[in-house]
Amino acid sequence: MSLIDATGLTVRHGDHTVLQSVDFSIDAGEIVTIVGPNGSGKSTLVRALVGAAPLQAGQIRRSPDLRIGYVPQKLHIEPTLPMPVLRFLSLPQRVPHDLAMEALARTGVADLAARPMSGLSGGQFQRVLLARALLTRPNLLVLDEATQGLDQPGSAAFYRLIEELRETMGCAVLMVSHELHVVMSASDRVVCLNGHVCCHGTPDIVASAPEYRALFGTGTKGALALYRHDHDHHHDHDHDHDHSHGAEH
Amino acid sequence: MIDDFILRAALAGVGVALAAAPLGCFVVWRRMVYFGDATAHASVLGVALALALDLPVFTGAMAIALMMAMTVYWLSERGHAMDTLLGVLAHSALAVGLVAVSFVQGVRLDLMAYLFGDILAVTPADLTTIWIGAALVAGLIAWRWSPWLTATLSPDLAQASGIDPRREGLILTLALAVVVAVAIKVVGVLLIAALLLVPAAAARPLARTPEAMVAWAAGIGVVSALSGLWGAFQFDTPTGPTIVTAAALIFLGTTLVASLRR
Repeated sequence: MSLIDATGLTVRHGDHTVLQSVDFSIDAGEIVTIVGPNGSGKSTLVRALVGAAPLQAGQIRRSPDLRIGYVPQKLHIEPTLPMPVLRFLSLPQRVPHDLAMEALARTGVADLAARPMSGLSGGQFQRVLLARALLTRPNLLVLDEATQGLDQPGSAAFYRLIEELRETMGCAVLMVSHELHVVMSASDRVVCLNGHVCCHGTPDIVASAPEYRALFGTGTKGALALYRHDHDHHHDHDHDHDHSHGAEH
Repeated sequence: MIDDFILRAALAGVGVALAAAPLGCFVVWRRMVYFGDATAHASVLGVALALALDLPVFTGAMAIALMMAMTVYWLSERGHAMDTLLGVLAHSALAVGLVAVSFVQGVRLDLMAYLFGDILAVTPADLTTIWIGAALVAGLIAWRWSPWLTATLSPDLAQASGIDPRREGLILTLALAVVVAVAIKVVGVLLIAALLLVPAAAARPLARTPEAMVAWAAGIGVVSALSGLWGAFQFDTPTGPTIVTAAALIFLGTTLVASLRR
């Protein structure tokens, strides 16, 4: 059974229809990425799926054992608010110390436990957010533009970590992103959104779909090249690295 | 007898400081300083109405503070540019309040007391109101501590944890109105926001956790209230400004120490 199975979702903000008859589902252990231009309703879809946005139409069936771990977009912590990493993990519910440390270790930031959140780098910050999302032992990780503000090596490393977590914890992953190249390569399935579902399927299918190309046009040539490099060596661009390692430079 | 009213003044100052400090931390964390200012300034209109209608000053101030807080909250929810609007609302309410007060017979001379506080004139009834209000607010903060902290960090994160950030923001706003109303007698409408803000700001360099910051802010608030009271009595100065001056000196101290340590 799917973790989430949604049909005909319609969401309006005032007079503006943000989502129109969107179908969506995600199975256990699956990595699904939602891509789309700005204002295409990506975040709204995620919010609707987790129950944070009211629906005008459609229905959502959630598996009874669904546990969501949510990683928000990079959040800004006021420097006036003193907040050590460990304390942050205990919001809103207190978490036992060893559980918190275990989550931090999983995302590779156990040494930062006592540091103030406001002093962390972008990459460290996102790993702490990810650790926080793991505390509930989720079977679905939801990441909303989680790598915003990270440089390319940073976000590639972050997505590798996500894939590792999927392997070790067996959770499904739902990502929203505009970083097509990195994201698509890590996904089992891609949903291309622009108020409605333009196209969906494996990364390969979506990348070659005319609807997708119409949306992202020439701006993504490089990204597509990078992605397709793995599977299609006849491409014009001659990268001498493959995508999964290329970002480490 | 002299001991009696000094004791009442001290208790009033401590009560207000204890409620204002933790709320002040949220005001600082959520960047609501100007919001607090607007609510406080508007309450002058409430004071005027209460005097005209022969109601307790606390009731009038509370009613207008609540209305102002709700209006501002509602407008900010609708995404209005707050800076200008808050300024217009706050200063209009203050001005209209001052005009209205001047129409009420016999209170013209008392105006200073409402603007700058008159802690030495605190009656036993005032004291009861202050402590009930303070206990209410302190209890509310203790109860909503975790949800408020989460919603302050990130509305998204709060939502994902099953917290309604808008509802929490609304309750916080109401608590702010209560503190404004109970603090009028002690610091006066012009400086209530300072009593919220300055102890919290002074506590920031001393604290490594939000809980510690609240504790420090409460301590600094109490010390400011007591030393300000002493100063006001000693030098015959208005209590509100004297208390805030004391808090400002502490802020100067902690900030200097923090910057020297760096």
